Amino acid sequence: MSQVTSPQQLAYIAGQAADARVNIELETEGMTLNIGPQHPATHGTLRVIVRLDGERVVAAEPVMGYMHRGYEKLAEVRTYPQVTTLVNRIDWLGSFANEVPFILAAERLMEVEAPPRAKWIRTALFELSRIANVVLFLGDMGVQLGAITPVFLAFRDREFVLNQIESVTGGRFHPNFDRIGGLKDDLPKGWIEETKGVLDRIRSFCDEMETLVAGNEIFQSRTRGIGVIPADIGLSYGLSGANIRASGVDWDLRRDSDVGLAHGELDWKVWTHPDGDSFSRYWVRLQEVREACRMVEQCLDGIPAGPIMAKVPRIIKVPAGEAYVETENPLGVMGYYVVSKGDLVPYRVKIRSASFNNVSITPWLLKGVYVPDVISILASLYFILGDIDR
Amino acid sequence: MNTLTFAIELAYWQQTTIRAIVGLVAVLIPAGTLVYLFLFKMMSFMQSRLGPMEAGPYGSLQLLAEVGKFLQKEDVIPRQADRVVFKAAPFVVLISTFLLVLVIPAGPDAIFIDIDTGIFLALAVSSISVIGILMAGWASSSKYSLLGGLRAAGQLIAYELPLVLAVMGVVIQAGTLNVQGIVMAQAEGEIFGYGGIGNPFIFTQFLGFLIFLVAVQAELTQPPFDMPVAESEIVTGYLTEYTGMRFLLFFIGEFATAGIFSALAATLFLGGWYLPGFDPSDNLFNVIGPLVLMGKVILVAFLIFWFRFTYPRFREDQLQTLAWKVLIPLSLINIVITGVLKVLV
Repeated sequence: MSQVTSPQQLAYIAGQAADARVNIELETEGMTLNIGPQHPATHGTLRVIVRLDGERVVAAEPVMGYMHRGYEKLAEVRTYPQVTTLVNRIDWLGSFANEVPFILAAERLMEVEAPPRAKWIRTALFELSRIANVVLFLGDMGVQLGAITPVFLAFRDREFVLNQIESVTGGRFHPNFDRIGGLKDDLPKGWIEETKGVLDRIRSFCDEMETLVAGNEIFQSRTRGIGVIPADIGLSYGLSGANIRASGVDWDLRRDSDVGLAHGELDWKVWTHPDGDSFSRYWVRLQEVREACRMVEQCLDGIPAGPIMAKVPRIIKVPAGEAYVETENPLGVMGYYVVSKGDLVPYRVKIRSASFNNVSITPWLLKGVYVPDVISILASLYFILGDIDR
Repeated sequence: MNTLTFAIELAYWQQTTIRAIVGLVAVLIPAGTLVYLFLFKMMSFMQSRLGPMEAGPYGSLQLLAEVGKFLQKEDVIPRQADRVVFKAAPFVVLISTFLLVLVIPAGPDAIFIDIDTGIFLALAVSSISVIGILMAGWASSSKYSLLGGLRAAGQLIAYELPLVLAVMGVVIQAGTLNVQGIVMAQAEGEIFGYGGIGNPFIFTQFLGFLIFLVAVQAELTQPPFDMPVAESEIVTGYLTEYTGMRFLLFFIGEFATAGIFSALAATLFLGGWYLPGFDPSDNLFNVIGPLVLMGKVILVAFLIFWFRFTYPRFREDQLQTLAWKVLIPLSLINIVITGVLKVLV
């Protein structure tokens, strides 16, 4: 008998076995259920093929690529300033955060550094886009579990954050504001005071979610002990962001690496949770929104005076070389590996997006859970389809 | 005892026509009121939005617009569906709704049939909807529908028992299965010798009222017990393949049943059509009784829908655990206490 090594083949055989599986006592057979690509719970076009025995999952396999837009290839025919327009659309809920690592990589290649004021504003916008992103998760998790009210509250309060981002950058969703060597514009007048009011709103939203969702007994019984990721398994699958911090791994690139943002000069805390279940992922994200509020507030108070743009040539030609920069984005670690041959356009851009790795744990994680838990676990892993497929 | 009496004697067909129209009104008016008041407006206010505002004053005609929309839609039947069963399913669900309304009194004489085992009939016919839902789930030939239908069957059967047992306490206290008799027992009862507000059974049967509400929530497949239609898991369960008119029938069935179960709760625990301060045998109650009942229905429905808009949903096994390990023992304890007190007092 020949050895089967290919994972695809193994998955296929496992699926066939699940389909043909016969429970001797009850005479039941398995069923294959396609969750997605069109399904209300996948907010996008993720498809999960689950093989069921009753309502229990025997095998689950995520199928990605329904939203592949070829950004890595498209980036090869765009000049460096044009690429930010593309990468905006990777994680569309926190789009400013997508631009930052790419710009930082390009800056590293060109050996320019943004002036301090630009760094601080960058950090503030970076954290604001984290708030805009994760606030939606805090409400959406309720919807996935059947509570419809939280998501409306989340949309209501996210709107204020988006307004602030818009009044700086001109774009609600796709700011396209970061430039090599600095930022496009300075902050508008009165923005700092307005943003402080918005942060108060977000804080009260967090308190509301803590009582309405996280404090709810049904929510806890649905998420506690469900979808437990041990730290070593999570690390071996390359999980990052709140997903791995919820498993007790104290790792946050904002603190642990210095890529040229102002996080090191701020007073904040990396939250972890020892349990690693769905509830702890929710809880860690809730705390991270609060920390982000603290960070933005400190940024607003501490923005230094000065220019917002370093001296860069009008036509940006990046010297030959390679650079890899990763930052702690709302969804997890996002990195850009930029290879330049000294042209106007990058020779190759490899995007390491967080959701791709976060979703890849699902075959391991979904084994043996019930169909409702498939949804709650997927929701708690929190992926954005654009971030999976790019 | 058919007591739909009129000043002038009516022929049988005339009485039948009037009964049919009144029955339709009795089912549809509460359903429409609940949809507008709670689903459209209260839910919107809880979610910091306005809800429908354009059709009519404060969107009050939105319901008509929705019905018109559903009527215009194409009636799609999946190719592999079991056509006859697929078409019949919504009507089976509606039959259970219409049979339920028969025994609920809206006044001393305003009742469709006044039979001695009224509450027994109500609880029995409420189970018919399970068959309709199972039919819909099976006939759609969709995996999501099948899962939803099976979930619904398991859930409704599990919650039938606490529902019946919760009502048992009321029946023991009132000493009758006749719904009219239960209302009269509340209207003529007294609390520690004070008869000013009668004796609504919610005071003595508070545990029963809570169990009844929870079981009703599960019977209606509303959050936190909406696994059969859990839209984020199995699309909309047994409703997935239904469109247009047939979906509307299910929708009406859902909210009409919500209204009627609220009326049942109001009748059993809040004194039904009786308003304190009046003589319960007064002919006046044939006129204001329906309005009083409607007010109490809205009160109970408010509780039901409040849960619906706030709570996430249970998982299927947690739901069964709640029914068999918590609600049924609690309701049995309730029955024992009620029985002992009934004998002693």
